[in-house]
Amino acid sequence: MQWSTIYAVFVRDFRKQKKRITLTIIALCWGTISIMLLLGFGEGLHRQLTINSKGMGEGIAVLWGGQTTIPYKGLGKGRPIMFVPEDVDYLKSRIPELQEIGGEYHRWGVSVKNGTRVVSEHINGVSPNYELMRNHIPRAGGRMINELDMKLKRRVVFLGDRLMDRLFGSDTTQGMDLSDFFSDRVSTVKAEEVIGKEVLINGVPFTVVGVAAHKMQMNSYSGMDQDKATIPATTFKAIFGDPWLDNIVYMPRDVKQMKEVERKVFEALGAKYKFDSKDDRALQIWDVAESQREMNNMLLGIKIFLGIIGGLTLLIASVGVANIMYVSIKERTREIGIKMAVGARRSLILSQFLLEAILITFVGGFLGMGISITATEIFKRIDIKSDVLTFMGRPTISIEIGLIVVGILGIMGLLAGFFPALKASTVSPVQSLRYE
Amino acid sequence: MSCIIDMKQVRKAYTTGKVTFEALRGIDYTADKGEFVAIVGPSGSGKSTMMNIIGCLDTPTGGEYILDGQKVNQLSANDLADIRNRKIGFVFQAFNLLPYATAFENVEIPLLFARVTARKRRERVMELLSRVGLADKVANRPTEMSGGEMQRVAIARALANEPEIILADEPTGNLDTKSGAEIVKLFHEMWQTGKTIIIITHDMNIARQTSRILKLKDGLVDTNGNGA
Repeated sequence: MQWSTIYAVFVRDFRKQKKRITLTIIALCWGTISIMLLLGFGEGLHRQLTINSKGMGEGIAVLWGGQTTIPYKGLGKGRPIMFVPEDVDYLKSRIPELQEIGGEYHRWGVSVKNGTRVVSEHINGVSPNYELMRNHIPRAGGRMINELDMKLKRRVVFLGDRLMDRLFGSDTTQGMDLSDFFSDRVSTVKAEEVIGKEVLINGVPFTVVGVAAHKMQMNSYSGMDQDKATIPATTFKAIFGDPWLDNIVYMPRDVKQMKEVERKVFEALGAKYKFDSKDDRALQIWDVAESQREMNNMLLGIKIFLGIIGGLTLLIASVGVANIMYVSIKERTREIGIKMAVGARRSLILSQFLLEAILITFVGGFLGMGISITATEIFKRIDIKSDVLTFMGRPTISIEIGLIVVGILGIMGLLAGFFPALKASTVSPVQSLRYE
Repeated sequence: MSCIIDMKQVRKAYTTGKVTFEALRGIDYTADKGEFVAIVGPSGSGKSTMMNIIGCLDTPTGGEYILDGQKVNQLSANDLADIRNRKIGFVFQAFNLLPYATAFENVEIPLLFARVTARKRRERVMELLSRVGLADKVANRPTEMSGGEMQRVAIARALANEPEIILADEPTGNLDTKSGAEIVKLFHEMWQTGKTIIIITHDMNIARQTSRILKLKDGLVDTNGNGA
């Protein structure tokens, strides 16, 4: 059978059946759009929450002193356990699995002053490795505190990005709202303009050496990093005179070693401070990686849920496509009968149906994919102030899912349209002509 | 004259579930080129079945059918399609036009399948439609035409590839007397040009205008019939 004949017959019939073909294309297009957007939003949410959950740091644990609940070696229960700065090196030397560890001081309500502008904020004293552990990433042109700062007890400060805005920029708002956690807030002042300037912390002059890059932070144990003024732990101790560390943050070489490190921390500190290493209230440990795993499980649950809805939507769309195909079977069977009676070969009939199904699938499917991608691109570009939408993140379209959806809908359409045609062209034309 | 249709003990049985019905129970029949045959007989006598077998729309379940020297039983589906396209023109009682296509497009279909070029198709279709008196209804769809007009489109379509045989199954059955007479007139004109015509009819007036009448009864040729 010549291709030119197939083409001529196909084009002619195609033009004549615009309504049915348009409806099929719309059904296919709509099914593709619904599923792609549904799963796209799910993926966007997943990515957003994953980014947010990593804001405070990945694969770390936070350690606080607690109170003993078990009498040990003649000592009673109810003894508070508190850390001194030397505990950091003590733990590091006894636990080889530790990659990083550092102590931390906190003080709230400390005045930070730039000229006439004064804010009351949270000051923390940390070690340089907090840059890695706690994602205190400096903006270009600045740096986080370093070892030399520690050694020389320099009066240098690393500012949280919102604190910088409040001290140097036009943003003078206090407190926070949900959008601070998730939106890409744009600073009104550049980091270069601030670095090298002096601020007074508790009346003591400090040089700004760096400003934090904006980050999404979903969990915290001491407030949002964007509002903190971070100084070297040694400087902190010298100025405020705190004998005790408020907490310790550590990071094992491998996240899988978290439980083992936890056990060794209990043993090592139990030996030093004389408490039972099985006394789980003597120390408090927040395994941040564990929380992240739990959240990942929750997100996986949401994705499965969306996947099921997507599957059901796909089913409905398939039924729609199949239905349109099926409704026209009677008419089309007669049509096949007539064509066969006046001399159409079976291959011509089948190629026509096949060509039609492929074309509808391509047009509808790629139209749907195109619309979905355009819609998400537009969504990404418009500046949304709504907390809910920023919380949802940016929908992320998966081309693979789109292709699978189009494939399934195309196959459904083909099954519903092609097989009756196959049957109609196999039986004698008389039977097709009589089809009711 | 040479023999164009040669049927030897042709049988056709239909099976529905467990019931087998024999529509044709051994037809022996020959027709020569240029004959105008009327097939008559009561309903259920096998007229349409015989017609469908002659027209290669259906294949016999027994016996032998030779069409213009070719043994139809041995032909492939594609060969049968080509025969229907080139050798046979079919006119149905129910017209069987494509509902969404215009008169022009309906007549054009057999030419498309015969791979006639677009220009020749156009010339041929216009010629055929004016021959059946529908030159002014080229762009009409079946729904915009009367029964007589639809049947004339069907006749034009049957003539598209200059077939040797025209088969008509009750072509006037759905028409009023006047339109029917016009259709019969067209068949006579075709006969005059040398076509072999076989027509099924209930109308003895039409049957008497043919060169030969074949009577069927219970799937067999009724030998008591009066061949005209």
